[in-house]
Amino acid sequence: MLKLENVRKVFHPGTVNEKVALDSVSVTLADGDFVTVIGGNGAGKSTMLNAVAGVFPIDGGSIAIDGQDITKLPEYKRAPLIGRVFQDPMMGTAADMWLEENMALALRRGKKRGLRWALTSKERKLFREKLAELGLGLEDRMTTKVGLLSGGQRQAVTLLMATLIEPKMLLLDEHTAALDPKTAAKVLELSDRFISQGHLTALMVTHNMRDAIAHGNRLIMMNEGRIILDVAGEEKKKLTVEALLEFFQQASGEAFANDRALLG
Amino acid sequence: MGILQAILVSMPGAVAQGLIWGIMAIGVYITFKVLDFADLTVDGSICTGMAVCAMLIAAGWNVWLAMLAALLAGMLTGLVTGLFHTLLGIPAILSGILTQLILWSMNLVIMGKANQPVNAMRVPLLVTRLHLTESILILIAFNLVLIGVLYWFFGTEFGSALRATGCNKNMARAQGINTNLHTVFALMLSNGSVALSGALLAQYQGSADINNGRGAIVIGLAAVIIGEAIVSKISRNFIVRLLGVALGAVIYYIVYQIVIGLRIPTDLLKMLSAIVVAIFLAVPYWKKKFAKPLRKEAPQNAET
Repeated sequence: MLKLENVRKVFHPGTVNEKVALDSVSVTLADGDFVTVIGGNGAGKSTMLNAVAGVFPIDGGSIAIDGQDITKLPEYKRAPLIGRVFQDPMMGTAADMWLEENMALALRRGKKRGLRWALTSKERKLFREKLAELGLGLEDRMTTKVGLLSGGQRQAVTLLMATLIEPKMLLLDEHTAALDPKTAAKVLELSDRFISQGHLTALMVTHNMRDAIAHGNRLIMMNEGRIILDVAGEEKKKLTVEALLEFFQQASGEAFANDRALLG
Repeated sequence: MGILQAILVSMPGAVAQGLIWGIMAIGVYITFKVLDFADLTVDGSICTGMAVCAMLIAAGWNVWLAMLAALLAGMLTGLVTGLFHTLLGIPAILSGILTQLILWSMNLVIMGKANQPVNAMRVPLLVTRLHLTESILILIAFNLVLIGVLYWFFGTEFGSALRATGCNKNMARAQGINTNLHTVFALMLSNGSVALSGALLAQYQGSADINNGRGAIVIGLAAVIIGEAIVSKISRNFIVRLLGVALGAVIYYIVYQIVIGLRIPTDLLKMLSAIVVAIFLAVPYWKKKFAKPLRKEAPQNAET
């Protein structure tokens, strides 16, 4: 489904701040893979997701989804293939537009946007049903500006929008990191539900090792722009936080410098 | 004639001018409010609209065709700014300033001199000082049609994508919206409206002058701000807000005429406008900075 081959990305090349964010990363996701991605700060997790999404051009290697080479495609042209939820709850929705307007924008992902009405009554009905499934009472707030919703509500809406048109790939970039634990759990549960219902192929970056172990069928650990661990299936199910931490220490020669990894 | 009487006599003229600038202010609204792009092209493009219209009328063109040409010329100026910004990566404000400078030269080239009279005797004009009542009615119609067209447009898929571009570019791209295309188009739409108002202004004042556009952005912003202040309490409806902007321009010119009537030196008027705009732009910022939060950070901690 997703194939990264020797993907390389260097930030600020030729300056004192030069940083190799992705150091020839190669990984292949099978159809229906739900991969959690962990690693320390600056390991390249988000950079990998952004490279797939096309936020910036990569400096080497290639990216393909479903056999289609998307390496050179601009971000907006990849959007039909990719659904995304960001770490910042502000980022995935248009705050000044109504909830139903946001949903209507998402329903046209990858479609030609012409001079037909941006929102029809038939679509309103569909959105109402979809929002009701979230169980957050948002179906009665369809003409509320999204900016007035809570962070958790916005992430749930962004998740719904990302999957409204079934994506080939779902990219979740620490999408629960900015939420309180209870809300985070709810959004994670929704993520699980959407992914299993739609049989989606997904990449989920998280700081939380427990979440990384509990969700998905495969786990990738990154360090300094490389993938240093890739476990799937039964082997992944047996993983523990302690084992992951120990592995990380051995591989990187340093402690996992993030308290949040242990919490939760 | 007493001061009050003089002011009253000048009111119809102020309304007509305000309505012309209302079209311009609606153009500014598109970039400043919808696209979130401080576009300084307008100082040049309003004059381009005047110049094109004046020259074509002098050449004996039909006034409607001359205005259409002015509109298209204005869209072209927006295209230039848009390409500076999206294709060449020049910051928004600087893109507008560069185009403005280009237009200073272009407007002189179009007119061949710094001032071009528009003679009402040669071609029947749409708006003139001589027929104020008819002119005002025609200008009201222009404002209403423009507002109607924009209301429709921003309700379409394309227009909705443009609003998303102005609101959140990351989100827009993630939803497959070509933000560059929409940015360029909004600038074209805005500067087309601005040039159209220039074409009407040239007819109304009977001439096009190279200095006419100077500070236009401030008048446009003042109208947008006054309009927002008036209607924001009444309705958040888009059509009401656009009506408010047009009304804001009319109020601006009524105040302008009163200032003139009171014999306050008009030399100071641009400065006063700038100060008023600065104050209004500062108010929301200072409010946010010093107002005590009424509810504690509702968005982050609220129940999911």
